[in-house]
Amino acid sequence: MTVETAAGATPPEPELVQLLTPEGQRVPHERYDALIADITGDDIRSMYRDLVLGRRVDGEAVALQRQGELGLWASLLGQEAAQVGSARALRAQDHVFPTYREHAVALCRGVDPVRLLALFRGVDQGSWDTDESRFHLYTIVIGAQTLHATGYAMGVQRDGAIGTGDPERDTAVIAYFGDGATSQGDVNEAFIWASVTNAPVVFFCQNNQWAISEPLERQTRVPLYRRAAGFGFPGVRVDGNDVLACLAVSREALQRARDGEGPTLVEAFTYRMGAHTTTDDPTRYRLNAELEHWKLKDPIERVKAYMVRGDLADQAFFDGVEQEAEELAVHLRAACRALPDPTPTSIFDHVYVEPTPDLVAQREAMSTYLDSFAEEVAR
Amino acid sequence: MTALNIIKAINAGLRRSMESDAKVLVMGEDVGKLGGVFRVTDGLQKDFGEDRVIDTPLAESGIIGTAVGLALRGYRPVCEIQFDGFVFPGYDQIVNQVAKMHFRSGGRLRLPIVIRIPYGGSIGAVEHHSESPEATFVHIPGLKVVTCSNPVDAYWMIQQAIALDDPVVFFEPKRRYYEKAEVDVDGEPDLPLESARVALPGTDATVAAYGPMVKTCLDAAAAAADDGRSLEVIDLRSLSPLDLRAVYDSVRRTGRLVVVHEAHRTLGVGAEVAARVTEECFYSLEAPVQRVTGYDTPYPPARVEEEYLPDLDRVLDAVDRTFAY
Ligand SMILES: Cc1ncc(C[n+]2csc(CCOP(=O)(O)OP(=O)(O)O)c2C)c(N)n1
Ligand SMILES: [Mg+2]
Repeated sequence: MTVETAAGATPPEPELVQLLTPEGQRVPHERYDALIADITGDDIRSMYRDLVLGRRVDGEAVALQRQGELGLWASLLGQEAAQVGSARALRAQDHVFPTYREHAVALCRGVDPVRLLALFRGVDQGSWDTDESRFHLYTIVIGAQTLHATGYAMGVQRDGAIGTGDPERDTAVIAYFGDGATSQGDVNEAFIWASVTNAPVVFFCQNNQWAISEPLERQTRVPLYRRAAGFGFPGVRVDGNDVLACLAVSREALQRARDGEGPTLVEAFTYRMGAHTTTDDPTRYRLNAELEHWKLKDPIERVKAYMVRGDLADQAFFDGVEQEAEELAVHLRAACRALPDPTPTSIFDHVYVEPTPDLVAQREAMSTYLDSFAEEVAR
Repeated sequence: MTALNIIKAINAGLRRSMESDAKVLVMGEDVGKLGGVFRVTDGLQKDFGEDRVIDTPLAESGIIGTAVGLALRGYRPVCEIQFDGFVFPGYDQIVNQVAKMHFRSGGRLRLPIVIRIPYGGSIGAVEHHSESPEATFVHIPGLKVVTCSNPVDAYWMIQQAIALDDPVVFFEPKRRYYEKAEVDVDGEPDLPLESARVALPGTDATVAAYGPMVKTCLDAAAAAADDGRSLEVIDLRSLSPLDLRAVYDSVRRTGRLVVVHEAHRTLGVGAEVAARVTEECFYSLEAPVQRVTGYDTPYPPARVEEEYLPDLDRVLDAVDRTFAY
């Protein structure tokens, strides 16, 4: 279904910021070239490494789920460039509010992927240090975190940590969310709050074309990035499978935030190449041809092609990254299996800052009850 | 007779309601082509079309709010909430609008909306996918709240809920979705929607449960029978209104009551049952009413959920306590 404008004409396809073609060719861009002018061969190689490691963590997690080691996994396959590109645009002091799929962002923020596995294994509900990584807890309730990011940004604003010109002080906040999430009231409220308060937040929407089984048309009739205009801040659509373009566009948006110029909506146009989660069966609702089409735009292949083309890396480098990914995988498998199960009474530990009398009693009752089995066994 | 699990039974019930009343609509996230994440609405869009089986935008407040408008226009929307924890973005619409419209309008406006919610734990899921929020709806006047425990009830109760002119929150025990039974799909329901059922007659103690815990209690009763103790198990089925006639009758005979649910203990359905039974059957009680429930903590990580949830042993332990008193 195409959307007719008032005049009855079909608007042109929205412009997509692209710096690397699917074939790995660097295309010039009037506006965004400057934003990555400082990027060296080392930077490219290190981004390539992040992409590969991100994909490997993901692939290992899917395998661990299949083996019964994880309860569930939400795969990022296909979205590596959107995640690495945006994450690499962050400064140490910036803060990230993720969904449940930002595993490569987590990696870039120094979160130990074992912590992600722990959550999906069902041993905890988010155990990484959010102060240290500035990567906040995963949020499963769709869209809720966009308001948290906005509020956090309002706090940054009140602390005077924007617009000082000090690159180590000025702080931006980035909220990740999906195309489906844009329908939620919370997300629309976040847009309003950010706009009205001019909060230093970047709304980074990974439009992976699907919300479980529902295609984009079920959520919107205009390209998502254009929604920003109605809320009163800029919106931009970027090729989400192009790590350089994602880096450039995110850098611009984050810097606007740090400079006190307010929010930006970035729509990273990408594709969920895997199932929604390990319990989903996408063959029920989408054609394989679509996947095949997107495979040609693979976010990692194009960087590799670019590197080969420009002599930015030799085979030894690629082999080295593979080797590193393999070692990480081995580590993850072992570390995941070694994660200790929580003890039953641990469920009472952090309901409140101080345990309430009621919970102390319930905990006591549980202990006594469980001990009675131990006694039975002993007898 | 047709062998159906709970998923297929609800699907068949929905289908029958849609066939008999063109105003019945199904709406929710992924209910169309996918047939819902549990396949409860499988095939309905294919057979009834996109106008009647609506893949909605991802917005629960929108699902419930537009259902209100559709109901005002004469439709009978059946809304699917994908998982228990995701009803809360729609909670405002349910509590402030759905529950009160009939009352506010002096009885002029009716909202025959059914809100289906798969609920409960023991499926090894991540957060927000295993909760039991039924009490937060039972507490709201104007809502009817029911829950099925088996395919036969699932088949009839969904149809009865759709036929009702009051809004109904319909809780489905997701961990029991695949339990099978023979269903007489062409027969008649043997009970009205708003009534409890004696699931197993017994003489020594009464166990009241609903939804996923009915099977747990039946298993407990079987184990107790091996030890020579006869438990009467009552499936409450309707939580609002709460039909306790069978419970009173049973407690007057047994003198002992255990109430079981997955939901948190404090202000749960068990608390209400205990209070009413104390009021109605005070002189028959041989022991205080015992509750076997989830603890008053957020739903815990999957690897420890079995310790959080009531199970056969905890039910029997509570029965023992009523005898030890
Ligand atoms: C409030 C809420 N409703 C429903 C769900 C169930 N659910 C989980 S993911 C999802 C689709 C999300 O789509 P999108 O925002 O595009 O993100 P993606 O999964 O594609 O990354 C749904 C409906 C949920 N987690 N939260
Ligand atoms: Mg999506």
